[in-house]
This record gives sequence, C-alpha cells and structure tokens, in this order.
Amino acid sequence: MPEPTSTKKISFRKIIRRESGFLVLTVLLGLFPFVMNLITGSGLNDGITKYWQGQLIAFFIMAVLAMSYDLLIGYAGILSFGHAAFFGGGAYTMALLLTHWGPTFASRYRITIPGGTDITTLIIFIASLLASAVVALLIGALFSATSARLKGAYFAMLTLALAEAIHILAKATDFVQWTGADEGLHGVPIPAWLNPTQFRLRFYFIALAFLVISYFVIRRFTNSPTGRVIVATRENEDRMRMIGYNPATYRTITFLTASLFAGLAGAMYSLWNMSATPSMTSAVTTVNMLIMVILGGMGTLIGPIIGAGLMQTLSQFLYNFFGARWPLVFGLIFIFIVLFFPYGIVGTWRLKQPDLKAGWERFRRLLGSKPPEQQ
Amino acid sequence: MSQENILEAHNLRKAFGGLVAVDDVSIHIQEKTMHAIIGPNGAGKTTLFNLLSGTMPPTSGQVFYHGRDITHLPPQRRAHLGIGRSFQITNIFPNLTVLENIRLATQAMGKHNFRLLHLAENYSEYIEKAEAVIEQVGLTGRELIIVRNLPHGEKRKLELGIMLACDPELLLFDEPTAGMSSEQVPELIQIINKVVKEKGRTAILVEHRMDMVMQISDKITVMSQGTILAEGSPHEIANNRQVQKAYLGDLYGELA
Ligand SMILES: Nc1ncnc2c1ncn2[C@@H]1O[C@H](COP(=O)(O)OP(=O)(O)OP(=O)(O)O)[C@@H](O)[C@H]1O
Ligand SMILES: [Mg+2]
Repeated sequence: MPEPTSTKKISFRKIIRRESGFLVLTVLLGLFPFVMNLITGSGLNDGITKYWQGQLIAFFIMAVLAMSYDLLIGYAGILSFGHAAFFGGGAYTMALLLTHWGPTFASRYRITIPGGTDITTLIIFIASLLASAVVALLIGALFSATSARLKGAYFAMLTLALAEAIHILAKATDFVQWTGADEGLHGVPIPAWLNPTQFRLRFYFIALAFLVISYFVIRRFTNSPTGRVIVATRENEDRMRMIGYNPATYRTITFLTASLFAGLAGAMYSLWNMSATPSMTSAVTTVNMLIMVILGGMGTLIGPIIGAGLMQTLSQFLYNFFGARWPLVFGLIFIFIVLFFPYGIVGTWRLKQPDLKAGWERFRRLLGSKPPEQQ
Repeated sequence: MSQENILEAHNLRKAFGGLVAVDDVSIHIQEKTMHAIIGPNGAGKTTLFNLLSGTMPPTSGQVFYHGRDITHLPPQRRAHLGIGRSFQITNIFPNLTVLENIRLATQAMGKHNFRLLHLAENYSEYIEKAEAVIEQVGLTGRELIIVRNLPHGEKRKLELGIMLACDPELLLFDEPTAGMSSEQVPELIQIINKVVKEKGRTAILVEHRMDMVMQISDKITVMSQGTILAEGSPHEIANNRQVQKAYLGDLYGELA
C-alpha cells in the first residue's frame, strides 16, 4: 500500500497536545476510585467509592452511545431516530447469547491455553461481543439500505418506524422463552471474572478503556479522508456529487460506524446491568441521545460526552429533589441551556459566543410568543 | 461520430411540466477549443449544463463523451471521466475553510477516500495540489478563512477553484463572472483562458460579457427559448443578422 508521501506527518506528540483535554480527563477518571478511597476511607470495592464507580460506568457507556449518535446527526447531518435499535440490538445479542448459548457451550467444551488456564468463558465473552457488533452492523446496513432514497422528515420517520419494529420484536410474546418479552432478560450469567458487583473496580477500568478507545477511534475516523468527505456531504451534497463523490456510499459508511459503536455500547450496558430490557430499544433511549448531543454540542464528540455526563448528573440530582416529576424540571433546564448555548456547551464555547445578552433576548422572545390567553 | 468531438449532445430535450427549457438541442464540442454558449436570460443554458453534467436526466436525447453514451451516468461518474462544472449560483461548502473546499476536490480524484483510520492531514499530496490551485485562482493567503465569510468576488474564485482542483479534461463554466464587478472580471477570464489554452483543455463557457466571449472563444452557439438560434465563429456570430436582431443588438448596446 502506498503510504502517504508526507514530510509533515502528524506526530504522536502533536496528537497528544491536541487531545490534551481529553487525556487529562482520562487520567483524572483513572485516579478517581483511588482518590475516593483515600478521601472517604471506604474500600475500593464497597461503600460510596463503589457507588460512584457505578455511576461513572453507566456514564462511560452512555457517552460512547452519544458519540456514535453524534456521528450521524452531528458529523453527517443525518437525522435518524432509530439509534435505540443499534443499542438494543447489541444489548440483546449479548444477553441472549450469554443466557442461552454460553452455558450450553461451557457444559460441552472446555478451552484451555498451554499453561492449563481455562479460557472458556473468555472465548464465550469475546464471541458474544463480536456477535453483538455484527448484529448491530446488520441493523445499521438495514437502516441505510431501506432509507437510501428518502430525505429529511420522510427519512427520519422511516428510521423511527424501523426502530419501533425492533422494539415490538423485543416485546413480542411469541419469543417469550427466549427474550422474556415485556420483562426482558434478567440475571444474565455473565463471566464470573467480569461480574460488576464482585469486581467493580475491574469493570470500571474496562468501561473507561471502552470510552477512551472509542473516543480515539471515532476521533480518528472523523479526521480521516473519509470523515472529511462525510462532513462536506452534510454541507453540500450536490457539489460533492459534481466533484466525484457518491453520497450514498459515505452515508452507508457513517451508518455502519455509528451502529457498530452503538451496538458495542449496548453489549457493555447489558453486561453492566446483567440484563436486556425492551426499554433499551425504545424511542425514549434515542431521545435521550438526542438531548445529550444537543446539550453538549453536535459534531464535536467531546460535547456528547459532556452531555451524557450532565444528563446523568442532573437526572440523579433532580430525582433526589423532585422525585418522579424530575423530567419536568429537567425540561426547563434543557430549554435554558439551549437558549444560552444554541450550539451546545462545547459548540458555543468554541465559537466563543456564550453570549448572555443574546440568550436573554431569545428567552424574552420565547415568552413573547406565548399564546395570548396565557399572558 | 467524429473523433475530435470530445462531447456530443443529440436532440436533447428537457421539459418542466409544460415549459420546455431545452428543446431538441444538438451540439458538438471539438477537443481543445473554447466553445461559448450565449443567449438571453431563460434561454436554457444552465438547464443544458445540468443535462451535460448529469445533474438532471433529459426528457429525451443523448449525451456522448469521447463517443461513449453517458446519458444515464450520475454526476460523480462523469466527474471521474473528466467532466468538471462550475456553477452560476455559487455552490461551495460554506462552513469549511478555503483550503478544505479545494482539498476535497483534489482528494476526490485520488485513491485514498476510503482510508477510515488515517489522518487526512497526512496526505500532503492533496494539500499541495490544493495550494497550487489556490494560487492559480488568486486566493493565496486566504486558505484558512471559513468560506461563508468571503466577499462575493472571492467566492466566485473559489467556485472556479473547486472545479479546477479536479483537473477535468472538459470544463463547463456557467457564468463564472456572475455578480462580479467589472474590475474583477478580466482577472477571472485570464485564469480561465490560461487553463484552457495552456493545459490544452476543452471548455464550454456560458457568459454574458460579450466583449470577453468574442475575444477568447473559438466557436459560439447562440441559444434562445430552449433552441439553438445560430452557431459559428465569433466573427460569423457578430455579423449574423438574426442574432443581432434577437440578442446581440441590445446587449451590445447595453455594454457599449
Ligand atoms: N428546475 C426547474 N424547474 C422548473 N423550471 C425550470 C427549472 N430550471 C429552469 N427552469 C426554467 O427553464 C428555463 C430555462 O432556465 P435556465 O436556467 O436554463 O436559463 P439560462 O439560460 O441559464 O438563464 P440565465 O441566463 O438567467 O442563467 C427558465 O424559464 C427557467 O425558469
Ligand atoms: Mg443560467
């Protein structure tokens, strides 16, 4: 393969400098359990330290899901409402295989490496993870193939319908002995060495590694020749055609990449909860992604990560104060953030326009546009 | 079919409902010539370009490129065959930089579009080619400006640059000077003339500035209401009574 004939090749050092913010965050998150342990005195695997690790694990997985959604709506400008299908597809594949295939396989075969160590459960885990990725990719391929000819709102409706079909499939009583229908799958027998209750710290680092690796791979993808084409196609599809690109090809690549990461996030999530439930495939999941990406800033990658963290913190915090009515308060906060950070937190920050005055103006206009009888 | 004709259109027709924008147009473009198409507003020039570049399918008729029937090829396939087009209404990537606008076009013609995990910045060949084009169209020093912030004249140069960056064999210029002030026009025409004459390319030029057209074109086709009114050398066209009556008369009067 002809390597790029480059004299100005981007060095490793340059990447480190460019991603310094993210790397600092990674180090802080890596140190977090130990710092908590020192401060609170609660053991690494119990008490408040364990609780907060759990919160962060869920955040790491949701952040990957939000980034994968950002690839579609932020980078490619594809408004897809079917993201839960990829996530749920990955989650169900993992849970189904571990529940129905893993134990049978383990009872029939024992795989050891030369030292005598039994790696059967590792093999089962890796095979299930790969299968989750493949299923998510297949759903992604289905989405991009069926919707290739549609645009805008029609396209968005179709993705919603497809995801809804998968949601119905998850709830279908016809497969109840496999999927648990409405109940979903619970108590999934995940490999003992991965058990998030017993080995919280280990799972914490696996989830953190999942986030870090996903971030760098997706970041690299968006900065690749292909990623540049995807962004430009969002900007001006017709001109892209005229200079020799086929938008449909790049759209498919985007869908496949997004569905791959969403599916892996689903698989991780089902490991973390040791369950897969129909709600993971529901439109609510997709709407949550949409909120995370909008909050953080579309097309920024780091934004959706922040959006995921913010949403999780706020939902916890608000739940403690307002109980079941927390979404109402969250909705109000969301409106305020959108008014003052129209491009999301990261997007607005980068544009150096956290303009309070403009935000206040938008707020007044919003109140002014209330129906007369309410005024 | 003659060998020296790079492009031939046979009986092209495009109807928008009842309106026939291009009506039975046949045109032959000789290799390595500058072929101008002129005609009043609404004559069907842009629509003809849409049919030649593949942006729209014709209602009927055929297009041949180097003797090959390309009537049903999409624009991206035609681009790779060597057909480039610039637009009358500026058609750029508004939120990207000047450099990226042009680099995308140089990358399009290369072989690295599917390197998913390599950095685009490391493919310096495309950046170098893009910088050469930026210099060619006189945008040096403006590389890192987000193009929606460019003044109109520079947007027109960029519009041209995006096409030139693909290094096409056949260039379709749709009113490259549209909306430019008279002082800016000669520079742009100079760029076009240089590319076509020095690199031995073929061009179809739609242009309203008659003085320019008369100076640089080898052949002129006059369109009116979707049909071809006349065709010939600049000299023949200038002396064509019918053309003078229908079109040139008032335009010359306007410009003189
Ligand atoms: N997409 C379209 N749908 C309907 N009518 C169209 C469309 N495009 C062009 N037309 C009509 O076709 C006719 C020819 O338009 P066209 O743009 O090809 O003319 P033109 O010669 O390029 O004119 P100008 O000098 O103003 O650019 C016009 O009457 C125009 O209104
Ligand atoms: Mg026109």
